[in-house]
Amino acid sequence: MNEMIRSLGKESRLSTVGGIDCDLHPASPATTTLLPYLDDYWRETFVMRGVDRLSLAMTSSPAHAPINVRADWRAKSGFAGDTLETVRSQALDPFGTRLAICNVLHGSMIMHSDDMAAALCGAVNEWLAREWLGKEPRLRGSIAVSAQNAELAVAEIEKRADDNRFVQVLILAQNDEPLGRRRYWPIYEAAARNKLPVCIHAGGSNRHAPTATGWPSFFVEAYVAQGSIFESQLLSLVAEGVFHKIPELKVVFAESGFTWLPSFFWRADKTWRGVRAETPWVTEQPSDIVKRHVRFTLQPVEAPLETDALVRTLAHIDCDDILLFSTDYPHAQFEGLNALPAALGETLARKIMIDNPLATYPRIAADFGKEVSK
Amino acid sequence: MARHVVAKVDELDIGKSKLVKVAGRDIALFNVKGEFFAIANRCPHEGADLCRGQMVGLAESDEPGQYRMTRHGELVRCPWHGWEFDIRTGKSWCDPARTRVKSFDVSVASGGALVEGPYQAETFPVSIDEDYVVVEI
Ligand code: FES
Repeated sequence: MNEMIRSLGKESRLSTVGGIDCDLHPASPATTTLLPYLDDYWRETFVMRGVDRLSLAMTSSPAHAPINVRADWRAKSGFAGDTLETVRSQALDPFGTRLAICNVLHGSMIMHSDDMAAALCGAVNEWLAREWLGKEPRLRGSIAVSAQNAELAVAEIEKRADDNRFVQVLILAQNDEPLGRRRYWPIYEAAARNKLPVCIHAGGSNRHAPTATGWPSFFVEAYVAQGSIFESQLLSLVAEGVFHKIPELKVVFAESGFTWLPSFFWRADKTWRGVRAETPWVTEQPSDIVKRHVRFTLQPVEAPLETDALVRTLAHIDCDDILLFSTDYPHAQFEGLNALPAALGETLARKIMIDNPLATYPRIAADFGKEVSK
Repeated sequence: MARHVVAKVDELDIGKSKLVKVAGRDIALFNVKGEFFAIANRCPHEGADLCRGQMVGLAESDEPGQYRMTRHGELVRCPWHGWEFDIRTGKSWCDPARTRVKSFDVSVASGGALVEGPYQAETFPVSIDEDYVVVEI
């Protein structure tokens, strides 16, 4: 166990000032808001077909579910984070955030039509660039793409790649197939080529039941099931050899939780030893590959409030590079400004807030480098 | 170190393995393409008999989707959970530095040479017309 982890759990209230928030959600834009960012074909057909009157927010994160908007952040509209002003006054200023990465959770990433998905993703990204990134220098963006059609996703990545305010590619955790499959590799290759990590965010298309045993009845089941969805995706990426094929690739799991990692590591490493000949390109135990290539946003911390339990979990994970600070604004994951659990301790908290994001996001590191040399 | 006669050469065909007991130890003896090797029989994981494992090749790959099988029959897969051990060295494939079994020097000697000693046949009758597998412990 390393020193940093051993000394955890001493401090009480940890400051978030100067941190890089790696998962912040501006409210998903209304379809009418996106119309100006669509080309004339899609604009007209959307209006003709009444699509502009539909909400294309994702059903996997319903805005009115209490967990999706913290009560004190919910505006009269029922949403949170729907204006730049609220994001500044609720998510940036109080935390003293230095930079925040905006993940817009919009249904564009999971449309059945490849072309409509690509058009909408393009619109969301353009809207994000103009209405948010262009107006607030503390904000960075994720290039939302639909993983369903890799060719169109790559085109969108290449189109935005010169804009350094976009710092990662965004896809969702639930897709048509496990994310290690080769059909998705062009997306990962394009991302790595452009120094963009791939963020895999909780949620998705629900084209498969969110649990491996079938459709659950209740929100609590679908929500908790995200953990096992991420476990499956993590192992798929490792087993299919994505990181062997694209060694520069960094993947960020957002809103995946991370306290399931110890048992995942034990189980994956142990099983790998017995069946590794099936995937001979996997020449290291899965946990080592994950620790090198995959990062996890901090919130939600699905741990009990007792400091000791989280300290023990971190000790089992035994890798202080793996977490990235996030508030997950406006989701209700903690009270007040307590985005950093006390168990982290000051040194690790700092690493999670600054060093780990800088090591993960080359474009943010380049920005910081410029500021330092000024 | 003593030399122990553990088997007749023609008792163990190519690609086969056998448990032998030498100086109170259980040893797994293998015939790999006509060469004999001996490693401790007890799997360091949970104690399965390595002499009962399948003798397999080494699966390797340069990239996902490409498969290469080399060193045919030179590894043994533990019969319980499938960990692979290099029959030549006793080292496991997945964790060669820490997970390994002891390997012993093995030679083949004619009965004539053995009768001149020094060797320990224990309960093993040696005849001068045959060849024997000798393990050094
Ligand atoms: S006992 Fe040999 S691999 Fe488990």
